Amino acid sequence: MKIELGDWPVSGNAVDAGGVELAIEARGLVKRFDGFTAVDGVDIAVPKGAIYGILGPNGAGKTTTLRMLLGIIDPDQGYRRVLGAERPTDVARRIGYLPEERGLYPAMKAYEAIGFLAALRGMPLKEGRRKGREMLEAHGLGYAAERQIRQMSKGMAQTVQLLGTLVHEPDLVVLDEPFSGLDALNQGKLERMIRDLAARGTTVIFSTHVIAHAERLCDQIAIIAGGKVPFAGPVDLARDQLRPQVRLETRAQDGVWRAALPADARHEGAFWYFTLPETGVEPLLRALIEGDAGILSLSIERAGLHDAFVAIAGEAAARALEESPGEAK
Amino acid sequence: MSTFGDKLRAMLVIARRDFVAVVFSKTFIFFLIGPVFPVLVGGLAGSIGGRVQENVDRPTIGLAMSAGDTQAMLAAREELDGRVPGMIPEMVVLKGATPGAAIDARAALANGDTPVSAVVSGTLEAPLMTAPRERARQWVGIVSNLAARARSATPTAYPDVAVAEVATSVAKVKTGQIFTAQGSQVVLFLLTMLLAGMVLSNLVEEKANKIIEVLAAAIPMDAMFMGKLFAMLAVSLVGIAVWGGVGGAIVLAGGRSLPAMSVPAVGWPLFLTLGFVYFTMAYLLMGSLFLSIGGMATTVREVQTLSMPVSMFQLMVFFFSSYALSMPGTWVEWLSIGFPVSSPYAMLARAAQYPQVWPHVAALGWQMLWVIVIVRSGAQLFRRTVMKSGPATGSKSVWARVFKRAKAY
Repeated sequence: MKIELGDWPVSGNAVDAGGVELAIEARGLVKRFDGFTAVDGVDIAVPKGAIYGILGPNGAGKTTTLRMLLGIIDPDQGYRRVLGAERPTDVARRIGYLPEERGLYPAMKAYEAIGFLAALRGMPLKEGRRKGREMLEAHGLGYAAERQIRQMSKGMAQTVQLLGTLVHEPDLVVLDEPFSGLDALNQGKLERMIRDLAARGTTVIFSTHVIAHAERLCDQIAIIAGGKVPFAGPVDLARDQLRPQVRLETRAQDGVWRAALPADARHEGAFWYFTLPETGVEPLLRALIEGDAGILSLSIERAGLHDAFVAIAGEAAARALEESPGEAK
Repeated sequence: MSTFGDKLRAMLVIARRDFVAVVFSKTFIFFLIGPVFPVLVGGLAGSIGGRVQENVDRPTIGLAMSAGDTQAMLAAREELDGRVPGMIPEMVVLKGATPGAAIDARAALANGDTPVSAVVSGTLEAPLMTAPRERARQWVGIVSNLAARARSATPTAYPDVAVAEVATSVAKVKTGQIFTAQGSQVVLFLLTMLLAGMVLSNLVEEKANKIIEVLAAAIPMDAMFMGKLFAMLAVSLVGIAVWGGVGGAIVLAGGRSLPAMSVPAVGWPLFLTLGFVYFTMAYLLMGSLFLSIGGMATTVREVQTLSMPVSMFQLMVFFFSSYALSMPGTWVEWLSIGFPVSSPYAMLARAAQYPQVWPHVAALGWQMLWVIVIVRSGAQLFRRTVMKSGPATGSKSVWARVFKRAKAY
């Protein structure tokens, strides 16, 4: 197996061009399975303490990317560094991971399951179990601490596994489709937990195919489609990929002011819709006023992440994203 | 980098979980009583053959006494055998012995025409038993009892039996040690057969419960493999302790002693220690192989399909080792010692026959090396073939996955 290291540094904590310390950096990650390229040259840079979303439809390569970042599988090509380590397994104790396919030993009691997950990450079993009880209590599941996993509802078991992911207070939390299978109430709880983690300085990276979660939670995102990452960076930057949209309502139906509207302007009902010209809003306003358009209303809306996703990844990827099954959106 | 300490710790976490999960499950009781059924069937089937064999090989005392004493001893034996059937050894009058005349008991013992295990001569008042030490200890009380009953139907005094010990011949020792070697190989095979197959399905639980990915992300895969192997080894040892304890208790409660086996060349204490160590190695070698193969299986059905060829493989290893036992010093024996999975069988048989200890140290090192190689290769294979997403993974058979990887690497 050949891993191309390129000209990346080989030791120490990574920083991006702006001097921000990175929890994860990956460049040119490639993974093929039986001739099928699941991930094709992914670049990701996750700042420390950030909430980072990997957004893409099912089958886009999100899980494979996360597995490579965790060291569960090795890339065929490319470079990765996680918490300063070139081999992610070397820092496994500082990482918490919730896989997409959740699973616990059914015969274990809730506090035992959390203790077991803690022990896997190097915490003494007894200490892990004690903390497990505390966490269950803190999350309103104290009454179920002695209950076997097989006796729990799916949502409860998922919460237990999430607590087991966090019990050893990791520096980096990786969540693969964490909202999948949760009802709206629990999705809200999970969003709060993620924000709390980030507030304490923990780096959180999660994959999702629901734009709303990424839009609400993430500082930065990577859009992934067909194994490639056409965009990675701050959410605002993604939205800035599209010009703001203008909605205009005028009293006059026609006049010289029409010449001020851009070529893509379309008239629907009482409104005109068009992209804000690059010259900005002032010249447009001036032309409308001087041309006696009679402005009744004018709004300028920044592009949403959905529109940005369509613009960046294409219509097909957006359609696949919307059709991805798995959770309430 | 994961240190050895980290790996050991991870291994213990897995081993502890698996051990507790198995031993404290309700189904463990079925595991413990499992061997009862083959033992019962074997016992029933063996009893028929055993009776035939008993008639041929039944331990016999040769009588070389006066005609009157001989008749009285035979009558006393008949009478006592009626009270405690099967407990009194057969008695024959030695051919060529002139009643009352002096007899060379050692020559009589060595005589193959009338195979006897001990010779009783002298008189009813002062019997003399010539026998190997074990037999003499075993029978001295019986002979005294018989002599007393031969003198009187209601004995009040029991004569002291003088004992003349004889050593068995070199050839007899060798034959006995080969028997010990064969017996130990059979026991080793049965235990390995019973236990090593269990690990085949060991990773299916993690896959079915979907916890495998959490484990793979948290700990080195070879630590997980080792943890699972040692957990099942510990389970096996619990089983062996229970079976051994119950079996021993039954034998002791029945007032019977175990069949006399020749002392192995390295002595019983070291032989039993080596037996334990070679069982461990045989189990780890077979277990690591089966764990690696079973790790490729995704369903219980696939594991069941694998069980038969795996059992056949174990059987072939056993036959090969047994065959090698009959060809000492040939390339066959060396091959059975060098081939990792048959090595424990071959070396245990060797311990029964040859006193040198250093070959065992070398062999154990060799076997441990192979355990590590198989576990590491199995863990690598598992990580490369099982821990992946992407299309069409689940539809492939275990063989397709194994052989495809074999070609790729």
